Amino acid sequence: MKDNSVKPEEKPVPVKADVEKKAVVLQKEDKPVADKIKVGHVHMSGCTGCLVSLADNYGGLLTILDKYADLVYGLTLADVRHIPKMDVALVEGSVCIQDKISVDEIKETREKAAVVVAVGGCACYGNITRFARGGQTNQPQHESFLPVGDLIKVDVYIPGCAPTPQLIRNVCVMAYLLLKGNKDQQDLAKKYLTPLMQLAERGTEACGCDLMYDVVNQGLCMGCGSCAAACPVRAITHEYGKPNVNREMCIKCGACYAQCPRSFFNFDVITGFEGILEAIDGALK
Amino acid sequence: MGTELGNYKLCISARSTDKEILKKAQDGGIVTQIFKYALEEGIIDGAIVSGPSDEPWRPRPFVATTVEELMKSRGTRYNISPNVSFIKEATRSYGLDRIGIVGTPCQMQAVRKGQLYPVGLRDVPDKIALAIGIFCMENFPYQSIKQLVEDHAAMKLESVKKMEIGKGKFWVYGERGQVVQLPLKVTHKYEQPGCHVCLDYVANLADVSTGSVGSPDGWSTVFVRTKKGDDIWSKAIAAGCFETKPIEQVKPGLELVSKLANEKITKNQKTVEERAKFGVNKALRNPYISPK
Ligand SMILES: Cc1cc2nc3c(=O)[nH]c(=O)nc-3n(C[C@H](O)[C@H](O)[C@H](O)COP(=O)(O)OP(=O)(O)OC[C@H]3O[C@@H](n4cnc5c(N)ncnc54)[C@H](O)[C@@H]3O)c2cc1C
Ligand code: SF4
Ligand code: SF4
Ligand code: SF4
Repeated sequence: MKDNSVKPEEKPVPVKADVEKKAVVLQKEDKPVADKIKVGHVHMSGCTGCLVSLADNYGGLLTILDKYADLVYGLTLADVRHIPKMDVALVEGSVCIQDKISVDEIKETREKAAVVVAVGGCACYGNITRFARGGQTNQPQHESFLPVGDLIKVDVYIPGCAPTPQLIRNVCVMAYLLLKGNKDQQDLAKKYLTPLMQLAERGTEACGCDLMYDVVNQGLCMGCGSCAAACPVRAITHEYGKPNVNREMCIKCGACYAQCPRSFFNFDVITGFEGILEAIDGALK
Repeated sequence: MGTELGNYKLCISARSTDKEILKKAQDGGIVTQIFKYALEEGIIDGAIVSGPSDEPWRPRPFVATTVEELMKSRGTRYNISPNVSFIKEATRSYGLDRIGIVGTPCQMQAVRKGQLYPVGLRDVPDKIALAIGIFCMENFPYQSIKQLVEDHAAMKLESVKKMEIGKGKFWVYGERGQVVQLPLKVTHKYEQPGCHVCLDYVANLADVSTGSVGSPDGWSTVFVRTKKGDDIWSKAIAAGCFETKPIEQVKPGLELVSKLANEKITKNQKTVEERAKFGVNKALRNPYISPK
């Protein structure tokens, strides 16, 4: 037997004897920088809570920016004045139609971005800005705020107020896999993103009432409680197992309906939860 | 046997070794015993369970952080308990970093969707430490249970000691020894409608799932499904928490579980399909295809 005793800190170096003097590439760099996707954050009328949520991925965000995405546009984060070409635009906030710059910017976003993601309740559904009717200081005439989807085609929705760091993270990882992954990864990413794309197609109005219209009225509610857990303003309670929405409190963020397992439940993705969660975790290490 | 039982690493018949737990457990006391073990070992900080409320047999989800509180959740209450409603609150007011949760198969689906698509569940996905699923053929609104017990079985809800669905009947046991059985033909129409599109019988997405079917009275059938589940289950076995028997050696065994799972899925799949042509060129929604 050969003596291959090595101290733990002296890992054996896999170099063949005959090429000892030449430089040998044993492994290619595993972070091919050129293959990063270009991401921008486009700020419409929102409270910056969505951006804070993105940042709340902490180390995960740094990994995303290090390995998978270049931030090519973003108020306060990237020093770029005009909307550049990009793979993915993360749009936060609704669009004030009395503000020409906003309207122009959102249209330009559509032209420049391959994929437009509406991040957060305001971009998807108007959310709290639905209740705006002008009169605020500085620009009192700014009174009409529309969800992004009322002005341009939106590809993917991330509802919620604020949207969660984890859903933003998952979508970023999946968007990367869709654009740069191998065939299996692309398939998974497509399947994962499909319901969020379908939510975008579904429309620009959301309310706690959706639980009644599209779940209870449709004979689909089974009383799990997800909707109440998801609501950021605690507008939902359960009365004998079924959701009861305090409609005065609802800010129209769309989280409850999107969280409900009976709004969408894609078996082909969710059944693989263990592997997918591990993979996302691994990707961000 | 195909996909109806989900993925699992181990299937076994088991019973808790804790006499106190068994006194009021529904079956083999599996749920309460695993949570008790996990709580004592610091694997979870607390568990979302379902316990009694101010109305007889109406369940109320709550967060148990002590064994004493866990003990209050023993037994099945056959009506809706929205356990998942506490999943974010458990990490907030209760400050849990490692959550245990028990629930029906649909509630396990809700938990996993919540982990992969945490739309309104900030910081929750990484805190699910142990999800225990209980088998489920159907569930009822509270008012249905009241009607079944009081009108059909002619008993007062307050005086009922235990309810059980098994051997093709709905059983009601009174405090003073009376036993009434109702044929499931009677109970069917009182089920909550949402159950009729449900395509999971044995909580395929739980870490560990359990139910009475397949095992002898007082014992439970257990599926250990995920790495997390496997880790906790083997530690609990090593700690002497459970007596076990190979599932192949008990009657009626896995075959019955499989048969019932297939029956449920086939029947409900048909309902899903019928919904597609419910009206005249008008469909009811299908959540398995789209949120639209
Ligand atoms: C609606 C319903 C239908 C069921 N149908 C079947 C079936 O068809 N076949 C089968 O084998 N088993 C079925 N079960 C499961 C079975 O009745 C037992 O709950 C299971 O075997 C666990 O028993 P145990 O002794 O291990 O748990 P225990 O230690 O007694 O603990 C029971 C646990 O169940 C939880 N619980 C009680 N009621 C509810 C509820 N309404 N919703 C959510 N959680 C609850 C409690 O929080 C507690 O933690 C059903 C359970 C429910 C709630
Ligand atoms: S999340 Fe959906 S299925 Fe669950 S209780 Fe709410 S409306 Fe019902
Ligand atoms: S009920 Fe709550 S979660 Fe649902 S849309 Fe209104 S605010 Fe959002
Ligand atoms: S039958 Fe399905 S939907 Fe109904 S309570 Fe049981 S697991 Fe939930």
